[in-house]
Formats: sequence, structure tokens, C-alpha cells
Amino acid sequence: MVSAAMATPAAGASVQVRAVSHAFGDAARRLPVLDDVSFDVAAGETVALLGPSGCGKSTLLRLVAGLDAPGAGRIGVDHVRVAGPDPSRLLMFQDPLLLPWRTVEANVAYGLQARGIRDGLERVGRALRLVGLGDFAGAYPHELSGGMAQRASFARALVNHPRVLLLDEPFGKLDSLTRMTMQEELLALARRHAFTTVLVTHDVEEALLLATRVLVFSPRPARIIRDIDNGLPFPRLRDDPAFIARRREILIALGHGEEFAR
Amino acid sequence: MSDAPRRAFAAGVAAWAAAAAVTGLLADHGRVPAGRPLVELAAAVAVLCGLAALAGRFAWFAPVAHQGRRVAALGVAVAAWEIVTAKTGWLPLPFFPSPQAVLDVYRVDSARLAQSVFSSLLILVPGFALGAVTGFLAGLAMGWSPEARYWGHPVIRLLGPLPSIAWLPVALFVFPTIASASIFLIALATAFPVAVLTASGVTLVDSRLYDVGRTLGASNGFLIRTIVIPATLPHLFVGLFMGLGASFIVLIVAEMLGAKAGLGWYLQWAQGWAAYANLYAALAVMSVLFSGLTMALFAARRRALRWNRETVQW
Ligand SMILES: Nc1ncnc2c1ncn2[C@@H]1O[C@H](COP(=O)(O)OP(=O)(O)OP(=O)(O)O)[C@@H](O)[C@H]1O
Ligand SMILES: [Mg+2]
Repeated sequence: MVSAAMATPAAGASVQVRAVSHAFGDAARRLPVLDDVSFDVAAGETVALLGPSGCGKSTLLRLVAGLDAPGAGRIGVDHVRVAGPDPSRLLMFQDPLLLPWRTVEANVAYGLQARGIRDGLERVGRALRLVGLGDFAGAYPHELSGGMAQRASFARALVNHPRVLLLDEPFGKLDSLTRMTMQEELLALARRHAFTTVLVTHDVEEALLLATRVLVFSPRPARIIRDIDNGLPFPRLRDDPAFIARRREILIALGHGEEFAR
Repeated sequence: MSDAPRRAFAAGVAAWAAAAAVTGLLADHGRVPAGRPLVELAAAVAVLCGLAALAGRFAWFAPVAHQGRRVAALGVAVAAWEIVTAKTGWLPLPFFPSPQAVLDVYRVDSARLAQSVFSSLLILVPGFALGAVTGFLAGLAMGWSPEARYWGHPVIRLLGPLPSIAWLPVALFVFPTIASASIFLIALATAFPVAVLTASGVTLVDSRLYDVGRTLGASNGFLIRTIVIPATLPHLFVGLFMGLGASFIVLIVAEMLGAKAGLGWYLQWAQGWAAYANLYAALAVMSVLFSGLTMALFAARRRALRWNRETVQW
């Protein structure tokens, strides 16, 4: 099922973020959001971004997607400067943002249709089954629950075989069991097809389960305060002592000292 | 069905039978119409009410079951109207013809009425369609392109509030025929509200949907086709309703003022001959025609906006 949904292997691309700063507003009311952020993501790597709410994680993903240009610094993919959005670099938004006038199936097919890929229906069906929405192909978005809409949005991204997948809290609205299933699917896809993933999440465990590296950001304006290499072997177990130690390290970095970090 | 609708239809039988009896059995006070169509019609409605009272138990009848009280009340109204006009002369002729006389118009003058409906539609339909298309395109352009908005805005601001019928004298010498002038005026009356609402609809589109489209590889043309236009449809329909209402006014006034055919002309003609029964008959045709067109537009809207949870059911 997993391999079928990504029939064409999409070789991952590397991502370079160099001295990126970004601010909103004008000179009078400047809101600095990103402060000199630099990191590299190797091809095929999965990097998780963790940080307090409102620190600038979604903003950073928009910059990498090419939807906005950084105020300062530069962003590259395979060492080519990002100049605009491109379906090889797919952003899955924090909100599902499905098109209300399209059925679930037509929403998932949107990217293929936009690029004139005709024989996509098969792929769309597989992506829908992958996220457990095979029976809802003909439903309109207003007939979906929040979690179902988020899974549809996930399928809409996956079906395009991106080289870099930018995920903004992709599983935040799912119940914990469905979330686990989706995490396993993502892990399997990413490992099989070696696409690069940048994953924004609030969930420290999710970061440790999925990522090869975890970047921890400060409150706004976001700076990288920790860059943790997460070389835990698969399968990763939540009760593994190494896992627990790393979880505590990250929680402390996020400012949740002794209360929850134990 | 519960007993209430059945009782309503039983009352309908009584009301319409009374209307038939009043019309057919009492002597007329003044001029007597040539035929007696109301007697036949009222009797037929009474029979239908009786059938409805019996059919009440079937599921297929449920959608119209609630109409019973209206049908019954209408029977009472028709009977009363017949009494105060033809039977007693309390309301003076020729201004207040009896329902029997109005109904008789459909027997004697149906050809001319049908011809009038046809020529009205021949102006209304192309005018409305032309206005809807140009208004929609203009609205899209103004919503999407700042340059189009810059030039379109003052035009809409200054000319939009002018009732389009005010252009009639101009249209009459610019256009070769009164029909083409009327088509133009109807198009104008439709295009303005459609353009304004479409343009504001475009500016109301959630801009994050464009981001979604662009990351998925959509070109500008594709964004317009798949996001701008569908997102704007609910607003377009509001504009179309406003335009349709304005079109009816323009149609009738233009036909009254200059035309030799159409429902507006028919009203004028009937008044000229003091044929008030014809006038009421034409008004009834207009009301059925215009509400039919409005309902057709509602049906189109319901179809086009199936996806919209907020689509109001009419
Ligand atoms: N388009 C915008 N215009 C102005 N300010 C913005 C805009 N987008 C984001 N911001 C501000 O930038 C800051 C960072 O926003 P961002 O959405 O990147 O946070 P985040 O880290 O993704 O937060 P969360 O975890 O809650 O999603 C916030 O203070 C927000 O108010
Ligand atoms: Mg965010």
C-alpha cells in the first residue's frame, strides 16, 4: 500500500537556510519573527522544528516553500536559490485549506491537474486509501471532521511526489491512534523514497519518533537554540531510556524545566 | 398525513364549490362575459381538493399537503371577489372586473398574450444573458487586476446608481430598433450589480487558498478557473438576483414607452381600451412568468452551490 502510493521514487533534495531573518509590518511597527536562522537539511533527511507557539515556524516553512521572500539571508534547495513556489517543494499548511467546492478526490487531484498530469486518478485513489479516506472520495470538505480534513490535506501533498515535503503540524488535529498510523505511514514513505522532510510539530515525541534531527527554536524572534542529532535506531520506542533522556533534554531546552521533564 | 391537512382540503372543496355556485347560479349585475370559465375552473378545483383530501394517505402527496389552507382561502377570496363585482356591482366597472371576466380573457385573447410573452422573452433573455456575462467578466477583471479596478471603480461609482431605464432616450437614438435598445438597457441593468458583487467576491477569497494553489503548481489562469470563479459564485448569484429584478422593471417600462409588442405594451394597450380584465390577466401572466424565472435562477444556484453548506434552501 505504501509503496504503491509513491510509485515514482522522488529523490530528496537538500535544503540550505543561510542567515535568514524576517520581520512583518512596516518601519513603525516592526515585528521581527526570524533572527539569523541557519541550518542545512541533507537530502533524504527528516528534520523536526520545535518551538513555542508564535515563534515563527510556519513563517520559516513559507519561506522555504517560496511563498514569501526572506527579509534577509538566502534559502536554497540543492544549492539553487528558491525564487518562488514549486510543486517539487510541497508545503502542507497548518490548516487543511481544502477547496470547499471540490470533492475530497478533486482536492487531492488538484496538484496533478494543475500540472496537466492526466493519468492521476489511480494515484489519487491510492493516496486517499493511504490516509484512510477511501470511502470519502466523493464527499465535500464541509462533510469532513477536522482530522479527516487534515488527512485529506496530507494526501493532497503526498500525491505529488515532492522532493521536499514541508509539513506544518500535519497530525495536530488527529486522535492519538490515527496520528500513530499516519506517523508510521510517513516514516515508511520517507524511508522508502528518501524524500526530504521538514516537520514542524508541537509534539516532542513525534519529533523524536520521526526525525533524524531536531531543531529547537527560541520564542519570537526565533533563533535556533538547540540542534539535536537524533540517531536513535528504528524501530524507536517511547520507553527506550535513550528516547526518554532525549525527550527530557528537549523539554528543558523549551523551558519546561523540572516539572514535566522527569 | 395527519388530519389537519385533510381538513384543510375538505374546506377547499367547500370553498371552491361555493365559488362555482355563486358564479354560476347567481344572476350577473352588469355586463356578462362571453364564457363561464370560472364555473368550470372552480368546480375542477373543488374536485381536485376532494381528491387531495383522499390522496392524503400517500407518501408522494406529502410535498404539497401543506398547501391545503392556501387553496381553501383562495377559493373564499375568489367567491367574495365575484360577489362584490359581477354579482352586486359594489366595485365599479370597468376598473374592477370580476374574476370570471379576467379568466375569460385567457379564452378569447390567449394568442395575443402568448405573442406578448414571447416578444418579452426575446428581449429579456438575451439582455439578461449579455449583462450577466459582461458583468461577471468585468467583475472578475476588477477583482483580480488593480489596473482594471483603477479604471472600473469610478465608472461603477458614478454610473452604477443611475437607473438604467434613465438611458432610454439615449438608447432609442443610438440603437436602430426599440428591441435592441431594450436589450441594451436590460444588459446594463444586470451588468452593474453583477460586476460589483463579483468584484467584491473576488477580493473576499481567502488568500491562503491562492498559496495552496501556487505551491501545488497552479498557473494564474488555473487559479482563476479553479479558485477565483468558484469562490465568487455565491456573490455572482446575489448580483444575478438583483439584476433580474432590475431587468423586469426595465423590460416593462421600455415596452410601455416605446414598443409595439410585449407584456408592457399589452398593459398599455389594455388600458387604452379600458379593457381592465385584460390588464389583470396580463399582470397575472407577468407574475407567473417572473416568479418562474426567479425560481429557475434559484434552482440553478442550488445546483451550482451544492458544495456550500451555507446555501440557503428556498
Ligand atoms: N502575514 C503576517 N503578517 C503579520 N504578522 C504575521 C504574519 N504571519 C505571521 N505573523 C506573526 O509572526 C509570528 C510568527 O507566526 P508563525 O505563524 O510563523 O508562528 P508559529 O511558530 O507557526 O506558531 P504556531 O506554533 O502557533 O503555529 C506571530 O507573532 C504572528 O503574529
Ligand atoms: Mg504555525
